[in-house]
Amino acid sequence: MNPDTQYNSRLYPDDNGHFGPYGGRYVAETLMPALIELESAYKKYLPEPEFQKELNSLLKNYTGRPTPIFFAQRLTESLGGASIYLKREDLTHTGAHKINNTLGQTLLAKWMGKKKVIAETGAGQHGVATATTAALFGMECKIFMGVEDIARQAPNVKRMELLGAEVIPVESGTGTLKDAMNEALRYWVAAVRDTFYVIGSVAGPHPYPVMVREFQKIIGEEAREQIQTITERLPDLLVACVGGGSNAMGLFFPFLEDQAVQMIGVEAAGTGIETGKHAATLCTGSLGVLHGSKSYLLQDKNGQIDEAHSISAGLDYPGVGPEHSLLKDINRVQYVAITDQQALEAFSALCRLEGIIPALESAHALAATMFEAKSRPKDDIILVNLSGRGDKDLGIVGPLL
Amino acid sequence: MNRLKNAFETLKKNNEKALVGFVTAGDPDIDISLKIIAAMCENGMDILELGVPFSDPSADGPVIQRSSSRALKHNVSLKTVMEMIEKIRKITSIPIIIFSYYNPIMAYGIENFQPDAIAAGADGVLLVDLPLEESDELTSCWKEIDFSLINLVAPTTPQERMTKIASASSGFLYLVSKTGVTGSDGLDTSEIATQMKILRSVTALPVCVGFGISTTDDVATVAAMADGVVIGSAFERLIEENIDNPELVSIIGRRTAEYKAATT
Repeated sequence: MNPDTQYNSRLYPDDNGHFGPYGGRYVAETLMPALIELESAYKKYLPEPEFQKELNSLLKNYTGRPTPIFFAQRLTESLGGASIYLKREDLTHTGAHKINNTLGQTLLAKWMGKKKVIAETGAGQHGVATATTAALFGMECKIFMGVEDIARQAPNVKRMELLGAEVIPVESGTGTLKDAMNEALRYWVAAVRDTFYVIGSVAGPHPYPVMVREFQKIIGEEAREQIQTITERLPDLLVACVGGGSNAMGLFFPFLEDQAVQMIGVEAAGTGIETGKHAATLCTGSLGVLHGSKSYLLQDKNGQIDEAHSISAGLDYPGVGPEHSLLKDINRVQYVAITDQQALEAFSALCRLEGIIPALESAHALAATMFEAKSRPKDDIILVNLSGRGDKDLGIVGPLL
Repeated sequence: MNRLKNAFETLKKNNEKALVGFVTAGDPDIDISLKIIAAMCENGMDILELGVPFSDPSADGPVIQRSSSRALKHNVSLKTVMEMIEKIRKITSIPIIIFSYYNPIMAYGIENFQPDAIAAGADGVLLVDLPLEESDELTSCWKEIDFSLINLVAPTTPQERMTKIASASSGFLYLVSKTGVTGSDGLDTSEIATQMKILRSVTALPVCVGFGISTTDDVATVAAMADGVVIGSAFERLIEENIDNPELVSIIGRRTAEYKAATT
């Protein structure tokens, strides 16, 4: 499929954070001055050589970057089609790509003179990553997490507490990621004068979508070089899972202007799109405003937000980052949905064939990759983002496999 | 006819301050909600802010979150709110402001919103998550001028930004009394006084102050500084506490009268 238009990434976002019709800043007036301050700090400090030096040094020596790409030979052979390469974000410190962003944002908080950080978390990976970098910089850290997610991602709750963060259970709504984000926003409105809000995805009000993309694009930049070193060309297809969409934006962004490179974003189909219990926002949603930006949403006809469902807490979100909405509309990225069951099968396959336990989020991307690989010729190259490791999911997966 | 302008002119002439009452439409159900609003009107409420319930009220504290949930159990939508306004308009001539998050307005259709709201009898809209930078999309399709976009000014809003917000506003300005969500405890009167002083220097619009105002003492203190006092969570808390009480409607009526008495 050819995109409708050549995507010129320099055009997005505009000065007010719009990606075409999406994005923007839809927040309470109390937060607007803080977002404007954040945007100007981000624009001022990020290009500074000292900031970049400190960030790059930490990414290398603390996070363990660059992460390798790995040819999944046995998985590839079992499918008999295209070659599958894994970008090993699961090998970063804390075990998921989330730390690329929290390191960047916490460092920015430090440069801004803030000593307190807050974050929302779903699967707990962003919460752990924020708690980690807050500990590294000696900052006070509060993590908002839905009670449902606290129950299903218990190991990560323990990790955050060990790292010195206070985990605040959120009981309102469905007790999942969206409610954690509501509560973090409520807390931030009161504490905005001295607290930095570390948003974990390419979602939320401007400048978060562009800032998080900026901190995550290192995934794609590394992968672009690595795959060319190994295969002497660009891949034919990139695949990444999409909840809010940060690991996908991180992988896709440096390839967006390479028209020959196709991209698939993988949402959670839960128990099946037809059952209504899913988190396939881009595949089935409609335009709306949630958590500070305009994007596709799961909502009813009156604009009330629907519950999302997924076996994977990190994908269990009824919204999506605004840039993904634009990339869908212009057909630059194709978005598909994978069920809980399909994700579990892919999870199992990677464990047994490659000795790698993937996060359930990443297992969604793997499932779509496996479908694609089967139907493609052997000389095609698929690069999939293995966004996190699956230790945190053993409690969920154990009884099901 | 501009009900908001008339209301503030009349209040000024009588040396009174506005009692602005907020309730979530359809809490605890549509019938009782209409009776509560009628009782508030009969007991001195000067302006009604009628809340459209939203599933994810991220600018609201727990009291209004729960009131939203109760109303949503009765499937109260913006369409329902319009129908309620039609009924309320038959019994009162006070200004009615629709209070909402932006998403229900988008789902309703931004082109139809203003004509339908005016036809129902509303005088303006306040959107908690639609700051100045994003409001053109909505207001650019407005054809009638006698319909106000009520903008908020926060304790964090710098003076230059206040000027911009004021010049894009009509009806009145809503000063958020404190950093925090609705229903937060405690009133910082020196902060309000500081903000009021700056606001008076940048605008001639009436200013109503809200967030965290719950006692008649609070009302008296704020009324001395501003043109109006907004009470929301305190009414909602009273509804919640008396949800099974057959006297609920008259309790709200009496409390409205007490608040109104404190404004003068």
